[in-house]
Formats: sequence, structure tokens, C-alpha cells
Amino acid sequence: MAEQNAEQVAEQHTGDRRPTVIADDLHIVYRVNGAGGGKGSATAALSRILKRGSDDAARGVRKVHAVRGVSFVAYRGEAIGLIGSNGSGKSTLLRAIAGLLPAEKGKVYTDGQPSLLGVNAALMNDLTGERNVILGGLAMGMSREQIKERYQEIVDFSGINEKGDFITLPMRTYSSGMAARLRFSIAAAKDHDVLMIDEALATGDRKFQMRSEERIRELRKEAGTVFLVSHNNKSIRDTCNRVLWLERGELRMDGPTDEVLKEYEKFTGK
Amino acid sequence: MSHTTHDGGVAVSAIPSPDEGLPAAELAAKYGLAVSGARPSLSEYVRQLWGRRHFVLAFSQAKLTAQYSQAKLGQLWQVATPLLNAGVYYFIFGVILHASRGLSQDVYIPFLVTGVFVFTFTQSSVMSGVRAISGNLGLVRALHFPRASLPISFSLQQLQQLLFSMIVMFVVAIGFGSYPSLAWLLILPVLVLQFLFNTGLALIVARMGAKTPDLAQLMPFILRTWMYTSGVMFSINKIMEGRSEIAVRLLQVNPAAIYMDLMRYALIDGYGASNLPPHVWAIALFWAVVVFAGGFVYFWKAEERYGRG
Repeated sequence: MAEQNAEQVAEQHTGDRRPTVIADDLHIVYRVNGAGGGKGSATAALSRILKRGSDDAARGVRKVHAVRGVSFVAYRGEAIGLIGSNGSGKSTLLRAIAGLLPAEKGKVYTDGQPSLLGVNAALMNDLTGERNVILGGLAMGMSREQIKERYQEIVDFSGINEKGDFITLPMRTYSSGMAARLRFSIAAAKDHDVLMIDEALATGDRKFQMRSEERIRELRKEAGTVFLVSHNNKSIRDTCNRVLWLERGELRMDGPTDEVLKEYEKFTGK
Repeated sequence: MSHTTHDGGVAVSAIPSPDEGLPAAELAAKYGLAVSGARPSLSEYVRQLWGRRHFVLAFSQAKLTAQYSQAKLGQLWQVATPLLNAGVYYFIFGVILHASRGLSQDVYIPFLVTGVFVFTFTQSSVMSGVRAISGNLGLVRALHFPRASLPISFSLQQLQQLLFSMIVMFVVAIGFGSYPSLAWLLILPVLVLQFLFNTGLALIVARMGAKTPDLAQLMPFILRTWMYTSGVMFSINKIMEGRSEIAVRLLQVNPAAIYMDLMRYALIDGYGASNLPPHVWAIALFWAVVVFAGGFVYFWKAEERYGRG
């Protein structure tokens, strides 16, 4: 079955088969402090320290093995969907590809610098929308000139100013929908080589969703390879030609969209 | 159910291609792919950091502005907070404890205010440095940038905070009879050297804090001990009168004491060179260069590991 899937994927790319992302037996482990031993009391913590064993478990550090030995090769021009139930390691895998999470074992090779469509963390609620556009752009590595050039485009795209001059107000005064729209607009303003999108399509009202889907298609054209994490099978079907199905951190299936989705839907009992 | 394709080369092996059976590392090398998230060389790292200088500055200014954005008096607190701080220290050490020993009132008050502000600069750089990585994991895990941007940005924020405090410092100095003179120009090199020292220190504790977040709990006690031994509220020279020279010198080469004394020397008329240890500028330069360079390299060495939970 796997060979058959692979054949079909391969057939679509008989031309220029330039790899852009190679994951080689990738393992990602999170270490969580103070989650071990069950008891969270101070005495429990103290006794854990006194025990002092050299291994993490004895010191109350719990390991979460989020990605277990995933290998794949992604090629230029592919749009790859990542599916799987909650906590299956999809977002973790994306972050590892972007080089944001260190690998426990194995390696990820990439062509250029993959970017994750996620700028939320750099923005500050106490600042005006205007300053956040600049801050977010700089955080993504844009130059001041590039931001100045794109500024009006970003504001117009977000539609923040449609109901008055909101861009000069602090972001904490925005409704959650407005804030999400501005965040997406900032994140989508940059061109990327390898682009990774994590559930970004679910924000905003219907009108904004259509606009953002269009923007994603634009970004896909500019980007070499696109990764999309989504629980919406329809948007995966609309945008992706290949799907990786992760379950408990393991790659369960890798193949053309239709086949993998069919198996996935059978699995989830739809 | 076994659709798992553990072999990454499956897609490749389907059609006969020159890449067939090539191990991942060789395939990557063939097409010029680089390991994602690998640590760049030191010179490349510096170059990347320089490329992000606008982000570093904007981030520090944003943090500074966000700090008081909900207060009614707004940015006025930038000046009011250090002023209140100095007032409290003066009340306790000047009025109640008479720590001024051997210094006239005209010297002691600017002496105390300068000491408090200059030490606070180092203290808050270290405090925000400890949390620079561990407190911003969201940012570290979402975006790609040289991680040293964060501790440097936080030190820069504290420098801007100090510049606001300087307004209060100047007013106090003039109020007690120390008028602007050419000596005030010495403030600039002192600021630069202390900023380098603070940034180096922030980089060091940032790496340690990323590995052991508990350090943030411990740091206030270490810093308070450091403050009381650095002569913030008393003159080391005067309080150690009659003790061995070595003991006095040991207390004086403490970097925090050096930068405080240099600032006082520049600012206050009645605080002459006799209060400074010999070779004071050389020591100030030594601390700045060694701690900054050492801290930068130490931080860079763990660059690829920041962000693990």
C-alpha cells in the first residue's frame, strides 16, 4: 500500500524533483519541569531534589516524546497537509522543520530558511495596532523599508480600519476576531521559501476567511513548498496534493491527498 | 493496519532516479540542503544579529512603552518610579540610619541617588536577562532570529530606562550644587562600558535561566547581597577606613562599585578622584570587554538548544 501511494506521489513529480525538506528519523522530546512524581507539594519537590539521581525522571522532569522517528522527503512545488488527532505531534513537527525546536535524535535538512506562519508571540497587547505591524514585521526579519512599503497593504487586508480608526488603538481593545485578523495579515505579509501554516485558516468571519484562503494560494505560488496543519479535511483537500498522517508522533501514512484522507476518515469513523 | 512508511526514501525509490537509495545526509548534501536549526558560526551569528538590529531596538522600546501603558499617568512613571525609589532609600539610609558617614549632605544625596540608579541598571538587566529566554518561549518557538536578540534587547530597555532616570539624577545633582561641567561628558563612556558589562551578564544568566528557570527565584537574593557589598548607600572608602588596603581594593574592583564610582566622580563636584581605586578606567574597560565577549560566546554556544521545554 505504501509503495503504491508513493508511486502516485512520484508520478506527479517526474519533472524537476528537487528536495526542499528532508526529515531523517526525527525524534522530538519535550522536557516538562515539575510534572513528575504526581505530587506537586513543596516537600515532594524537595525530596526529588535530594534524591538527585542523574536521570531526568528522578529529578522530577517528565519527558514527552512528541515525535517518534518521522522520515520523509518533500519536494519543490508540493503542498503537504498534516493531519492527525489532537496531540499527535503535527505542530511540533512543523516547529522542528522550521528549526525552532531542537531534535533529540535524527535531523531535518532544509533548503533555505523555512518560516512558520505565526507571529502572534511577538505582538504586544498594550501597543497600538500600528506599532504591532512594525514590530511583527521586524520580528519576521523584514526590513523597515519593506514594512513601510507593505504597511497600508497589511492594514487594508486586515480590514481593521473598516469600522473606524482602530489601528491607532492598543490591541487589547480589539475584539478577538479583529486581533486574529490583524495577526494573520501581519504574518502573511512576508514571502517565504518553505511556508508552514498552522491552523491559520479558521480565524475571522466568512469574508475574511475567503480573503485569507486566496492569500494562502498566492503564498503557495511564491513558496517552494507549503505545509498546512488543519483539522478541516475540506481545506486540506482544496489546497494539498500530498498528506502526511501523524498518530502518536509516528508517521502513519504518507501519500496522495485522497487516499490518505479516505483512510483517515475511516479511522476517525466519519 | 500498517501504512507507516518509516523509510523516508519511499517516494524516491518509486521511480528509477539517480537519487535512489541515497541516505538522507547525502541527498541533502547533493541538493545543498542545510541542517535546520543548526548553530551558525560565530561570525555568521554576529552578522545575523546585526541584520536584526532594528528588531532588537523596536522590541526594547515596545517593552518600555507597554510597561506603563495602562497607568493614568502613563509614561510619566518612567521618571516618577526612579524618583520615588531614591526617596525611599534616602529616608531609610540618609535620615534613619545616617549612612552618610563622612560625606556632607550636599554630596551624600546625589551620591545615593546616582548609586541607586546605576546599580538598578545592572540589577534589572540581570533580572530580565534570567527570564529573557525562559519567559519568552512562545516567541522563541514561533519565530526564527538569533536568540541573543532577546537578552540584548532587554538590556537596551534598561539602558533607556536609565536615561529617563538620568533626568532625575541631573536635577538632584544641580539641586545640591553640582553644576554641569566638562566632567559630565565622562558619563557617556561610563554608560557605554556599563551597558556592555550588563549585556554580557544578561547573556550569561539568560543561558543559565533557559536551562534552570529556578534561577529567577534565586537571583533577587544574589543581587541584593551584591548591592549591599557594592557601596550603593555608603562610601566604601569611608566605611573601611583603617582596614587593610587589600580589603578596600577588593571591594572596590567589584564592577558594580567601579561603574557607580565613575558615574559619581563624573557627576558630583565634591566626590573627587581620591575616592577612586587606582587604574579605575582600565578596570572598567576590563570588566566590560571580558564579560561582554565571554557572555556572548557562552550564549552562542547553546544557540540551537534554546526553546526545548
